[in-house]
Amino acid sequence: MKKNSTIIPMPFRYLINIVLFATFLFVMNSLITSGAISKYYAGVISFIGINIILAVSLNVATGYLGQLPLGHAGFMAVGAYTSALIMKAAAGAGIAFPFALIAAGLVAALFGLLIGMPALRLKGDYLAILTLGFGEIIRVILLNIDNVLGFKFTNGAAGLQKIPKTTTFLITFIFVGITCFVIHTMMKSRHGRAILSIRENEIAAESCGINTTYYKTLGFVVSAFFAGIAGGLYAGNIGILNPSAFGFMKSIEILVMVVLGGMGSMFGSVFSATVLTALPEMLRSFASYRMVAYSLVLVIVMIFKPSGLMGTYDFSLNGLLDKLILKIKGNSDSGGGKALSGKKEGNANE
Amino acid sequence: MSKFQRTPVKLVPVPSPNIIPERDVNKTPILEVAHLGIDFGGLTAVDDFNMAIGRTEIAGLIGPNGAGKTTVFNLLTKVYHPSRGTIMLDGRDTAGLNTIQVNKLGIARTFQNIRLFKDLTVSENVLIGLHNEMDYHLPGAVFRLPGYWKAEKIARNRALELLSIFDMQDLADSKAGSLPYGAQRRLEIVRALGTNPSLLLLDEPAAGMNPSETTELMENIQKIRDTFQIAIMLIEHDMSLVMGICEGICVLNYGKVIAKGSPEDIQSNPQVIEAYLGKKKEGN
Repeated sequence: MKKNSTIIPMPFRYLINIVLFATFLFVMNSLITSGAISKYYAGVISFIGINIILAVSLNVATGYLGQLPLGHAGFMAVGAYTSALIMKAAAGAGIAFPFALIAAGLVAALFGLLIGMPALRLKGDYLAILTLGFGEIIRVILLNIDNVLGFKFTNGAAGLQKIPKTTTFLITFIFVGITCFVIHTMMKSRHGRAILSIRENEIAAESCGINTTYYKTLGFVVSAFFAGIAGGLYAGNIGILNPSAFGFMKSIEILVMVVLGGMGSMFGSVFSATVLTALPEMLRSFASYRMVAYSLVLVIVMIFKPSGLMGTYDFSLNGLLDKLILKIKGNSDSGGGKALSGKKEGNANE
Repeated sequence: MSKFQRTPVKLVPVPSPNIIPERDVNKTPILEVAHLGIDFGGLTAVDDFNMAIGRTEIAGLIGPNGAGKTTVFNLLTKVYHPSRGTIMLDGRDTAGLNTIQVNKLGIARTFQNIRLFKDLTVSENVLIGLHNEMDYHLPGAVFRLPGYWKAEKIARNRALELLSIFDMQDLADSKAGSLPYGAQRRLEIVRALGTNPSLLLLDEPAAGMNPSETTELMENIQKIRDTFQIAIMLIEHDMSLVMGICEGICVLNYGKVIAKGSPEDIQSNPQVIEAYLGKKKEGN
């Protein structure tokens, strides 16, 4: 790791990723705005982006922290309703959307803190049950709070309607980039290592002077923050919010993405979120068989690669370039040839 | 960074002539334990345990299986909270502190059953030990501010320096779980040293090692004491190691101290012999 990192100097390592990611954004965006990619596919691509954020954020709590929360959809719901209410209040002014998303993230993070502090005293199955309960509580509250408050707030089972559809491809994938960047840089620091050490061995982590309570909560809060942002994007994408969209099955769906991609691999989460969102859409013509095919994929992967498609492997464009340069030795002109693979994954590896 | 300046880098660059530690074994104790005891329900695991360890002393804690040796370590590191007694580290009472705070005060330990971060690399393991030696905040890490680069660079060099004690710097990038057993035990010691302790607790450091590895370990334990000028307390069943390097030995049996003293005193102590070998039957 030390030897490789000197091949491409540090600022360039970021630059390569940023440039590739910006190119990817620009190309895709102009394809969508020019109509070369149909509205339907643009919608699917936005959903891919949202699911990438959800999977990557859940990966912090499951893959890196080693806990098993089953209430991720709860955080998503909190973020979705926060963002939707702000955007309705702002009367659809598109400029307010990024701020609404940040607010959505912060409110979700607050909920993450509230639920995380008692929940993280528990381990394994017990934590799973508690967070599962939390997810359901959120859903039931969203369903019934209007009756308690006495005025229209979340609009109960009818759901929030006419939410300004402000989610575009561009804003979704900018937030995908931000999510991956923040989580990546966090994990490659002393804070990230502390989170990993809890997954590896909590007792040893404590004996190394690591404040395990703090870092567990941090991992949980970061996970909830980005789930909230994804929720906000979801609200702006679909235009209608209904509590039933954030049930237990949604949490499971996100968990499946993480497990299938490989717990602890950000690239795996990005990859499997993409595949698992696109797959049901692609199989739509098979109608009733598509869920069978979907389940079959899960069963087959779990039998033949229980650690997930990527295991804990994390793709690094720079690492790949380093290896290439080492092979060619001298002529580093080969960067362009790898742009193809970097296009999709560039965001995962800043 | 301020933390780096405050705690001077005590490690002498390798290769170095061994420094002769000042023998202040009995003058200023780093650890003073008085009347320490713990009950698990009705069972008294450790009772009336008294011990003082000098600032640069290598002390041994021995006893038959189930005597309560590891329990004493767990009490010192606050994995268990003592029912009775006081633990003074460097003149400060550790009552009410938890494992993390005790580690920050200066007690580091290794484990009888190795507890490495197996899926992480060797250098990452040591860097986790160096966690509290770095002090950049989360935003500094996320946005890669200058403080991050500086602290990480110092820590990485420090990690390699610590690994070089056991000639492990070439293994820095391999997975901790893939190391041979002996190397895993050594890595645990390096990780513990990363937390900058003044007292190092080693729980059976030679377990599973062959005689030549044990000899090497003995030299290394002394080398660590000499270069870092710290106290080391070890639990060990390998008597050649204990008698070879310990300056003071404490023998536990059924949670009680049955003998204390120099290796020579312990070897000839009838109570110790009885605890290990049993009593001679009358009329035999």
